[in-house]
Amino acid sequence: MTSPSPNHLKYTASHEWANEESADIVTIGITEHAQSLLGDVVFVELPEVGKNVAAGEGVAVIESVKAAADVYAPVSGEVVEVNDALTSTPELVNSSPYENGWLCKLKMENKEELDKLMLAEAYDAGL
Amino acid sequence: MGNKTPLYDHHQKAGAKIVDFAGWDMPLHYGSQLEEHNHVRQNAGVFDVSHMTIVDVVGEQSKDFLRYLLANDVAKLKEPGKAIYSCMLNESGGVIDDLITYYLAPNRYRLIVNSATREKDLAWIEKQSARFDVKFTPRTDQSILAVQGPNAIEKVRSIFSNGVYERICSLKPFEVMEYDDACVARTGYTGEDGIEAMLPSEVAKDAWDKLLAAGVKPCGLGARDTLRLEAGMNLYGTDMDETTSPLESNLGWTVAWEPAERDFIGRAALTAQKAKTTQRMVGLVLSERGVLRNHLKVIIPGVGEGEITSGSFSPTLQQAIALARVPTDIGEHCFVDIRGKQVPAKVVKPPFVRKGQSVL
Repeated sequence: MTSPSPNHLKYTASHEWANEESADIVTIGITEHAQSLLGDVVFVELPEVGKNVAAGEGVAVIESVKAAADVYAPVSGEVVEVNDALTSTPELVNSSPYENGWLCKLKMENKEELDKLMLAEAYDAGL
Repeated sequence: MGNKTPLYDHHQKAGAKIVDFAGWDMPLHYGSQLEEHNHVRQNAGVFDVSHMTIVDVVGEQSKDFLRYLLANDVAKLKEPGKAIYSCMLNESGGVIDDLITYYLAPNRYRLIVNSATREKDLAWIEKQSARFDVKFTPRTDQSILAVQGPNAIEKVRSIFSNGVYERICSLKPFEVMEYDDACVARTGYTGEDGIEAMLPSEVAKDAWDKLLAAGVKPCGLGARDTLRLEAGMNLYGTDMDETTSPLESNLGWTVAWEPAERDFIGRAALTAQKAKTTQRMVGLVLSERGVLRNHLKVIIPGVGEGEITSGSFSPTLQQAIALARVPTDIGEHCFVDIRGKQVPAKVVKPPFVRKGQSVL
């Protein structure tokens, strides 16, 4: 087991995290566990800014040397910003999954969706 | 629980992520496949490939038998100490396996065949050898270490006596030497300089420890796969199998047509196919960012479709590369269907990388 997941984030069973930046903006990414399963990340396909996604819908694709993995939106909303640094340095997803390796920011439609996500303790218990 | 090589505990100690590979518990990587890949291209890495099967073929008719069994001609090996790569075909010209044959001494050869095909290979060899005066013996007492990379030869100094080491240094590519109950060849599956050493298992364990102490990085099957793909080398079961011939697998060069009177299994079928092959294997390089994967569809507008047999991200080129089976008249450009998007790719002749450098 690795160290506990950060307490200030919310988690999905499919290994995404969401961070409430402000009243309606969340940043999303994948967990430490997910990046370690994937191995060396070599390419991230990010969504277009302005795209609307529903919770549970594919929002990005992360490709490692081993495999391609879909990233599902933890909440519904509009993509308002993407992490352009991943275009040239996709390995940030490995080295800093909770910080510099974030994927995109969503403008939430319904904050209740965020409240339904798992807390760190529940997420870690499921690993 | 799968089969374990004698080095299994050494892999665990080195932090390996173990996966099932054809019934064997094998290291996929020891932390980072990319780092292992790059270390082999720039320095030296060691692979435990003891899951592969060594078969010794001995007897008065061993040469005649192998000339019949294999599509390449072992008679090209004029004297002991040389090796040759070949396909073993069925009657319809399909590839049962690919293997390396080492000519060790008069009437004594050694084959290394794949682990996934072990049982069917042994059954096939037994069946075909019935009318020849040969004996074949799988060597389960031996382990195989592949030490590969530009510094591999220098790094293996620590595991051999001075006399043996000198002989290893004088080996040319595809040459092999024996000492005691061991065998060392200047062969590999990475496109780099290096050796493959078949050693009694206790000797292999000791050699593993010495190599790691000398700064050789343990490398798993993950790096082995991306290294061989960059080197343009086929993987059995992925790039070719019993339903595809060497001619459709970029392995036509391994078929020895001359002398015309040599009868080998699959010859008639290959001869018939030669004039009307509709598919061939090429290399692809993705022009844009992204990753090519096995089984993605290749689209050649106005010509037809093909399929990627092996695709990955090339750590050396920092681009996606692939081997693909396509219509023979593919031309220089095509598209690959990646998640419904047609992404342009360039058609190239493998290899992609040799001795650490791009050859595109």
